[in-house]
Amino acid sequence: MAEAKRVQRPLSPHLQIYRPQLTSITSILMRITGNAMAVAVMMIVWWLVAAAVGEDAFETADGFVTSWFGNLVLTLSLLGIWYHFLGGIRHLIWLSGRCLEIETAERLGMACLIGAPVLTLLTLLLI
Amino acid sequence: MRYLTDYKRAAGLGSAHGGTHHLWHMQLSSAALVILVPLFIFTFGSILGSSHEDVLDYYSRPIPAVIAGLTLVVGLLHFYSGAQILIEDYSKGLTRRVLILVAAIFSYTSIALGLFALVKLALQG
Repeated sequence: MAEAKRVQRPLSPHLQIYRPQLTSITSILMRITGNAMAVAVMMIVWWLVAAAVGEDAFETADGFVTSWFGNLVLTLSLLGIWYHFLGGIRHLIWLSGRCLEIETAERLGMACLIGAPVLTLLTLLLI
Repeated sequence: MRYLTDYKRAAGLGSAHGGTHHLWHMQLSSAALVILVPLFIFTFGSILGSSHEDVLDYYSRPIPAVIAGLTLVVGLLHFYSGAQILIEDYSKGLTRRVLILVAAIFSYTSIALGLFALVKLALQG
């Protein structure tokens, strides 16, 4: 009897069965870019401490930070921080109770995805 | 008539009995970082790649040094709060505690090292 009554009920949905949406992708990117800043922080703090300690330490740190690998990491971090910056403004707008309609939220998400590379390029041109 | 603020009415409720301070802190620090991050990008970016002497000169000036100090402190406290949420979402038990501890050590140590460096640079420049 108990056996017969067992039916296949839907389980609560997991992350991998959701269709990727603009709002979920932008949210995941926000998390990745924020936490990835740990790498840039380590490089920048190392560079600052080395500059304070002395010439030799500075040469080592600066050599790494301005190497092709260091440049690559910092450029990706720049892209990440600009994305996180724009996403943060999006969150501040939401927290004020505005732009919460799905359409508007998606448009703002698109603005972040396009705005981040644009700001990165502008930054690289200016500095 | 009861003299209760909206905050007081909501504080302590909800399944976690807390968290409003966390949201408030994230809001406050992100608002500050909207201003600090671009300032830091352009000050740090403009001196990166220069000689040691120029770096010493640059960071002995008050504006670049204070921008770097504020960005490090506010940025890393913001990072710590965000990393804590990431850890709480994906881990539990002892792992969660250890990871949060690691995030705290990383954040506060980076702040301390960064401020030490900036003070030393400011005094010797």
